[in-house]
Amino acid sequence: MSDVALAWRQYRLERRLFWRNPSAAFFGFVFPLLLLGLLGAIFASSQSDLDRVVPYVAATSIMATTFSALAMSMTVLREQGVLKRMRGTPLPSGGYLVALGASAVTNAVLQVAVVVVAGKLVFGVGWPVDWLELVVFTAAGVACLASLGVAMAHAIPNVDAAPAFSNAVFLPVVAISGIVYGGDAGSNGVLSDLARALPLVHLADGLHGAMVTGSSLADNAGGLAVIVLWLVFGAILAVRGFSWEQKRS
Amino acid sequence: MSTPPDAIVVRDLRKSYGDHEAVRGIDFAVARGEVFGLLGPNGAGKTTTVEVLEGYRERDGGDVAVLGHDPASRPRALRERVGIVLQSSGMYRFLSVREALAHWASLYPHPRGVDEVVALCGLQDKADARIRTLSGGQARRLDLALALVGDPELIFLDEPTTGFDPAARRLAWEAVRELRGLGKTVLLTTHYLDEAQQLCDRVAIVKDGRILATGPPAELGVGAATRAQVRWRDADGRPQEREVEDPTALVHELTAAALARGGTVAELTVTRPSLEDVYLQLTAEAPAERDEQAVARV
Repeated sequence: MSDVALAWRQYRLERRLFWRNPSAAFFGFVFPLLLLGLLGAIFASSQSDLDRVVPYVAATSIMATTFSALAMSMTVLREQGVLKRMRGTPLPSGGYLVALGASAVTNAVLQVAVVVVAGKLVFGVGWPVDWLELVVFTAAGVACLASLGVAMAHAIPNVDAAPAFSNAVFLPVVAISGIVYGGDAGSNGVLSDLARALPLVHLADGLHGAMVTGSSLADNAGGLAVIVLWLVFGAILAVRGFSWEQKRS
Repeated sequence: MSTPPDAIVVRDLRKSYGDHEAVRGIDFAVARGEVFGLLGPNGAGKTTTVEVLEGYRERDGGDVAVLGHDPASRPRALRERVGIVLQSSGMYRFLSVREALAHWASLYPHPRGVDEVVALCGLQDKADARIRTLSGGQARRLDLALALVGDPELIFLDEPTTGFDPAARRLAWEAVRELRGLGKTVLLTTHYLDEAQQLCDRVAIVKDGRILATGPPAELGVGAATRAQVRWRDADGRPQEREVEDPTALVHELTAAALARGGTVAELTVTRPSLEDVYLQLTAEAPAERDEQAVARV
């Protein structure tokens, strides 16, 4: 059996498992939709605000389904010894990790699709104006935040600490990125500098360009560069710190 | 005609964790179709040795061959022929037993039937239950089932029955005997003397990262050491001691006699020697015996 066929089997298993695990399904699907409903209700009076809210929720969804979900699931799989068990089977290690990552990517893509459709049908945002830009930013954002999520898992010492660790990053980043992206923090403050050093606000800006304004890839090249830099950083940390076994602490 | 090569060959294996030398030069070979046991206390280096052979740890020194492969490079051709039961390992808790076994089977080129393995491991009643609902013993039997479903030639069992109740232990022993009956090679670790005696064709007694002795359990004194010592004071108050294979009859005799005369059996105890006692015996006696033999040969 080829490596691809084995990885595909594992991917299908991961998809089945995703829907059976309540906490995974919550962070993957319910949380972003909750955020969309909440922010949509708050900004319902202004279409231009809604036009900004929807891409921001799409970016946050990508972070929840890749960064948070992988930080938690990789920690659980490692600490429970599932990674070690899988490593003893004929499934190639690389194929296994690809299947895990691909499952997270599937959730991210489904989420972006749901947010785009909800934006059109519920919140009056038009269909995306630049599909290529949407694909490029979604792909870069998914790869970046997935690699950072795996890297994050290396820093989490045990299963009990996993939600605290991942939320300690996720919630502040979502908050400051939202404020800066929304234009409420001025352009020169420390908060603004911090948010603009992180990938999420650039992902939201890129999606906003793709979904609403049509500002081109070239216009958002700077932001894309920040995302790619974080992708490289995350990928290096994800690979270097990787362990198939429980932490001995 | 050449005999088939050994399933496992280990020569001068060494492995350290930092300053701690877990394995300090171990040699043994396991023939095909043999059930071989590494017997020793916790921390003896059994698990480290097995995990080197399974491809989880890189050795610091020595030569190792598993079914003709070097396990350090973890070739897929080897992983397809080996089944592993780790000392502890997690599982996808939201799958059912049957789903898990079907998935595992699909990863191997020539798997056994799922139902057959379910029955072999005594999981019929739990086949459709979610894994998260299994008891500790059932989860351990699932570990065995997952290791067997790929129909491996060689099975590693790292303390397969630790924490089992007697009935579950007997079931696991049956499964191992069945594997031997199928011509499989089994390498198991245990710190139970009776388990080594019941299951293993040969054992290596491991302590402090070294092998003290290798051979059939009975020849190593493991068999004798599992005999029960019965001690009591007789009707005249004199201390008595006897070593028996099964103390049931003797204890019955003693208590029946005591009851018949309307008395008690004073200070009655039934003990089995611990692994430590066997080590003390082995480490104390083995060199002396060897000296005698050396003298005799001269």
